[in-house]
Amino acid sequence: MMAGNFLEEVIIAGFGGQGVILAGKLLTQTAMKKDLKVSYIPAYGPEVRGGTANCMVVISDESVACPLVVSPTSLIVMNKASLLKFTPALKSGGLMVMNRTLIDVAAGRDDITLLEVPADDIALKLDNPRGANMVALGAYVTARGILTVDDVAACMPDVLAKRYHDTLEANIKTLKAGAAYIREHYDAVVS
Amino acid sequence: MSEKVLMCGNEALGEAAILAGVDGYFGYPITPQNEATAYMARRMPEEGRVFVQSESELAAINMVMGAAATGARAMTSSSSPGISLMQEGISYLAGLELPCVIVNIMRGGPGLGSIAPAQGDYFQATRGGGHGDYRCIVLAPASVQELVDLMQLAFDLADQYRITVMVLGDGILGQMMEPVELRKLPRRDLPEKTWAITGARGRPQNILRSLLMTDNQLELHNKHLQEKYAGICKSETRVEQFDVDDADVICVAYGIAARVVKSAVIVARDEGIRAGWIRPITLWPFPTDAIGMAAEHKGREFLVVEMSCGQMLEDVRLAVNGKAPVRFYGRAGGAVPTVEEVLEQIRKIAPVIVD
Repeated sequence: MMAGNFLEEVIIAGFGGQGVILAGKLLTQTAMKKDLKVSYIPAYGPEVRGGTANCMVVISDESVACPLVVSPTSLIVMNKASLLKFTPALKSGGLMVMNRTLIDVAAGRDDITLLEVPADDIALKLDNPRGANMVALGAYVTARGILTVDDVAACMPDVLAKRYHDTLEANIKTLKAGAAYIREHYDAVVS
Repeated sequence: MSEKVLMCGNEALGEAAILAGVDGYFGYPITPQNEATAYMARRMPEEGRVFVQSESELAAINMVMGAAATGARAMTSSSSPGISLMQEGISYLAGLELPCVIVNIMRGGPGLGSIAPAQGDYFQATRGGGHGDYRCIVLAPASVQELVDLMQLAFDLADQYRITVMVLGDGILGQMMEPVELRKLPRRDLPEKTWAITGARGRPQNILRSLLMTDNQLELHNKHLQEKYAGICKSETRVEQFDVDDADVICVAYGIAARVVKSAVIVARDEGIRAGWIRPITLWPFPTDAIGMAAEHKGREFLVVEMSCGQMLEDVRLAVNGKAPVRFYGRAGGAVPTVEEVLEQIRKIAPVIVD
């Protein structure tokens, strides 16, 4: 847990169907349950599956004034279009989780902490092909250190629609795989 | 105290209406308020109350009128183009003095515009898009929690004054999720609806009509309405102020724009600029006195920030009444001002104070 006043502004972006909206809601719900102040705004548009999707999450220990995120302190990008769109906005010193499976270009920033995570590969290996969002979220939470993956796992039933509750176990496993990847490959960031 | 839940504004306003005892919801889907209609479609039957998806917004407002005439708590919700379609009904509701609640989750305009958030319906809401000398009470929440609380107040105000109360939000407030406590607020002590059309058995017939053609009936009715409106101005004006006392620059904004402004003011203070803000919660009645008093302080400037080309700006100018410069910064057509943009405006106006 971070000490003192903090303001964490996150953008999670990808294409429709990658679960960025679910990841954002889950992150927000988890932070709320840990008694932090939160807000969440989905980007809504006429897009259908395959179009761009993103959401803004603000987490703070003080009440959230502006819920809109222009320059995030953390960025989770699930595809190349999102990387190109949002990378310039990431604050200097910020944190980026990049889905290496689907992004074949460099972030092009040397003033940030970059975590390259093969999110789709890891999810596929766990036989959870739609779980890349959980891998990325697990990676982010572990690196950022405001919340733990156990906190997130505990909130998953609140956010996941009841008809998907048979996937809870698989998704929690996938979430933890993202955390494990960070501990294995980015040990210095975690500590 | 109930537990906090994460809810989007559109769903939260529906649940708040249920807490307030709404008897009937009548509406037609439109983005970005669709979750409200969908939520009520599910929840109202669960509560044994009435939900009707009307064939149009015109039908919805007339269903609201019919339900309100029977003394029921009735509401509709829509977004900008849909609210335009309801204007005739709103004028009739005013003439009939029927209580109801209308939610407008504003989107970009004019015309079909866009589905992005905007504040371009301020004039329509506060001046009335319908004909005749009438007013609606207009409430402008800036958070999902405030939306929940003001929805309940809206039904009480409507019944107390026999008036249409409009809750004016924007696409962000509708879509945004924030923690809310679904607390039921104590209901005001409200007059009995002796005017309602409930079947005249055992009492004289009640007639509700807005066509008043004989003698000076209509002028008298207008005078009565104006007295009622004056009473509302006196008793129901609501405003929030922040860091105003020593401010060199006072920002005025409502709804989501006020959240952006609040962040900008906090950063400006950190930079040594004496900035403050005034947030009207009621847009009608407008907090003219609070702004007028703030304008008495010599050397002060005002900055109005809106997601429009400058509509509330006119009310701020009327309140300031030439006593201080009033500047404006707005984004329109679905664009939202950023904290940095507002800060830049504040920096242009106010000196940095070094203690």
